[in-house]
Parts: sequence; structure tokens; C-alpha cells
Amino acid sequence: MTDPKIVIIGGGSAGLACALALYQKGISDVVILEKEDELGGILNQCIHTGFGLTRFKQEYTGPHYAQRFIDDIMPYHPDIRLGATVLELHPDKTLIYSDRTGCHTLHPQIVVLALGARERTRGNIGIPGDRSIGVWTAGSAQRYLNIDGYLVGRKVFILGSGDIGLIMARRMTLSGATVVGVAELLPYSNGLTRNLVQCLDDFNIPLHLSTTITAIHGKPRVNAITLCTVDANRRPIPETAQRVEVDTVLLSIGLLPDQVLGEQAGLLMDPRTRGPVVDDHLMTSVDGIYACGNALHIHDLVDWVSLEGEKVAQAIAESLQSEAKATRIPITAKGKLAYILPQSVHDGASHLTLNYRVTQPMEKAVIRLVGDGEVVLTLPKTRLHPSEMQRIEIPHALLSKIHYNWSVELSDE
Amino acid sequence: MNKPITCIICPKGCQITVNAETSPWITEGNACARGAAYAIQETADPRRTLTATVAILGAAIPRCPVVTSAPIPKGELLSTMDKLNHLTIHAPVNAGDVLVENFAGEGIHLVATRTLENTHAA
Repeated sequence: MTDPKIVIIGGGSAGLACALALYQKGISDVVILEKEDELGGILNQCIHTGFGLTRFKQEYTGPHYAQRFIDDIMPYHPDIRLGATVLELHPDKTLIYSDRTGCHTLHPQIVVLALGARERTRGNIGIPGDRSIGVWTAGSAQRYLNIDGYLVGRKVFILGSGDIGLIMARRMTLSGATVVGVAELLPYSNGLTRNLVQCLDDFNIPLHLSTTITAIHGKPRVNAITLCTVDANRRPIPETAQRVEVDTVLLSIGLLPDQVLGEQAGLLMDPRTRGPVVDDHLMTSVDGIYACGNALHIHDLVDWVSLEGEKVAQAIAESLQSEAKATRIPITAKGKLAYILPQSVHDGASHLTLNYRVTQPMEKAVIRLVGDGEVVLTLPKTRLHPSEMQRIEIPHALLSKIHYNWSVELSDE
Repeated sequence: MNKPITCIICPKGCQITVNAETSPWITEGNACARGAAYAIQETADPRRTLTATVAILGAAIPRCPVVTSAPIPKGELLSTMDKLNHLTIHAPVNAGDVLVENFAGEGIHLVATRTLENTHAA
């Protein structure tokens, strides 16, 4: 088997968009490795609508959004290897994957990490109590229900008010389960207003803010949880403890970029995004390894994931044309920014899109871009929320003037 | 006076009350005209697009995701789910195919949202 020039790891929204864009540019020496038996990734289990409004000006379900890309890519006769799990990725881009026929080694020049994310689990937040059956991440319960047709419980409590949890509250209710309530540790919800209304209010499911689960009870199956209000420091107030009888707990407590292969390859990681550090071409600290989608940082709209995949394709096309390497100017986040991405930009770049998130909800805020020590752009912002990724387009006229460092600062006045 | 409606048009999330005693109806608490229109629609005829899955035979997976071709009355979500639970379809299907015409009445069809090949065919 000859070695492909480019290997894309992951056939979900990021990987499909990247592959399609490469084919459209006439670059066909590409292999897509997908661990599942179907393309589409996590979109396949997201059967609700709301996908593609920005990109297609139409509201698709997750599977249908993926299908658009699959239908477009098939005429190129892509080399897609299904059921292929990458076991090792080395800094020299040697990778080893396994499938039904055995283990295989590839030596590509370019690797695209489009691996998606992992859900935070009970182990990540350490909920005390019994090690009961019936504690699921919201995404696993979603997969069981929407792909395999299994309802994982009848009387459900959901921890975390992120959108996956809210969507599952509605989905399980419609499937015949009783969702007793949703608890959120923070004093505000992390979900879209639309989902709070259509997934909880529509079915009279209560949302308990500043509340968490302090214990899970039951052997072998969950039979109850202890629910506690928390104080301003997020510490449970023991007097508020109450026992709630349920047979299932769903955890919707956040996603983390899938880092395993990136760490093996020795990529520099950003403790804020929990994904690899990248430049404006979305290339990581290892030459020839790129990252996009939820493997890079967590998105709330698939439309942006697809755009990132395409951005990587564009960067690859440019790198195959010219070897010229400009120096990179570091970009740092300051103030109430949770993160900024990318973390550097090429000197002389023609355009730059910055992605950021905030650390807390803010009614009014100001973003200041500081280039080479001077404030070059001030942007007033309203209604910023940690659950919404924000984007800033930096005009070319500004970019061309700055050569040493950028910082982005968020403050509340 | 009805209970307040949380507006979903923008992230602001206005709490809007609709006075249905007057003619025309009067809204309070909305910051914009789109909010007023939403609150009146929610009061007069609240509707939701239903997404779910139905049993499929002959495909690689046992469930096919589906959507109603238009929003259906909110009060009919559970009864429509009940109808879906009694439905079985056969592969192949294509994303966008109408599976059952006029499934929810009012000309609202049941539409497949995933392409599933017939994997059992010779």
C-alpha cells in the first residue's frame, strides 16, 4: 500500500468539510480514517433540528447536515476507511491504525486532527456515592436512543444545563421517560434560551440553578440522588440536602477536545482551550499536523466546525504550493477572556478571524486589541455568555501594521 | 392575563405577557416587534417541529431519524410520538424522502433525515 500525502483522522463534520474542500481544490491524495462504520460523526445522533442555518440558510437535523457533505464528497471517489481506529500518532506523522483486517502503518506528510471531543464524565467531577448502574453521559444516552433505539431509563435526573442535556430532557420525555429535573451548579444556565423554553418549559421540567448532586445512591442500579443547593463559592449547603428518587442520572457537564493522539505526537497544548495551540493556518506546534473542529476547541455551532475544516484545507493547499515560512506573532488573551484562538498569526497574514469565549455572563463589555503595545481596535459588546463562542474579523489594514505581538483584552467597561 | 412567555427570538429572553381580552391583543414586556409577534403566535397557536426516530428494517441501524415537514400544534407532540411508535419503514431511504404523506394532518408530512441503504439486499 502506498502512503497517502494527507491523512484526515475523523469523518465527522470537521473531517468531511476538510476532505471535500481538498477534493474541490484538486488535491486527491487523501485518506479519511473513521472509527465508526458510517461517516458523519456525532451529527448522526443529533437528530434535532437547528443545524446549518448559517451555512445553508436552512434548518437541518444533524444527520441531514452530514448527508449534504457525504453526497457532495462521493463523486470524488474518496479513500475512506471505516471502522479504523488510530492507535498511535508519532511526531514524525507516522500513524498506526487498526481495522477489521489488522494493524496498518501510514507515513503521511500531513495529518489533520478532526477527532471531535469527549464528554466529561462522573470521574471528572468526582460525584460521591455508590458506583451504580444508570449513570450516563448525555451523549451516550443520546447515541443509545437515537441510533440503537434503547431508552436508558424511566425516571431521569440531569446534571448540567448545557444544550445536550436540555435536548435529551425533551427527547427522553417524548420517548416515554419522566425527567424529574435538571440541576446547574452555576447561578445561570449554559443552554440557549430556545432550548430552555422548548425542552424544559414545554414539558414543565424544573431547572434548579446553583444546585448540584452530592451523592448517587443504589446498588446495583441508581435508586436516588442527593440534591444540594450551593453557596456563592459553589460549596454545597448541607442543610439544603434532599433525596430525589430516580433510576437514571444523565451528565451534561461539558466537552473536552480529544487530546490523546495530539499528546502522543507531542503537540503543545493550551490549558484554556484544552486543545492544541495553533497558528492562523490552524497548524499545531508540529509542522504538518493541523487541527479543526471540536478536537481544537469546543464549538456550539456546526457551521463554524465546517468552516474550520475548510480553513485547514486552504492552508494545506497553500503549503503544498510554497514552502515560504513567515515568522509567527503570538496572540495572548487577557482580562475576562476564557481563551483566544488561534494563539499566533503569521507576519504578513492577509486575514485573521479570532475566536473567543468569556469567563462569565456580561451585559456590557469592551474588547481591546493591543498590537505592538498600542490599542489598535476597541469593540463594544453586549450580552456575552460563556456558552456562546464569539468571532472577530481583523481587518487587513490593521494586520499588516503589527509585527511583534498581539493581545486581546476583555473588560466590563 | 396569561402567564409570561419567554421570548426566544434573541438571547435577551424578554418575559412577555399577552392580554387576550383586548382586541387586538396587547403585549407587554417585549423589547421589539418580533417579540410581540412571537408572543402572539405562542398564545394563539403554539407549534413545534417534532424530531424523533422510527423503526427501520433492512438498514445497518434499527432506527431512522425523522422530522415533521412543518411545526405541529404543541399539544399534539405526545400523540404524534405515539403514532410514530407504531410505524415501521423499510430501507432504503434517502434524507429528505417523504415517508408518510399528511402524517400529522394539515398537509404536514413525515420526512426521513438520514440516508440508509438496504444492507440486507443480495
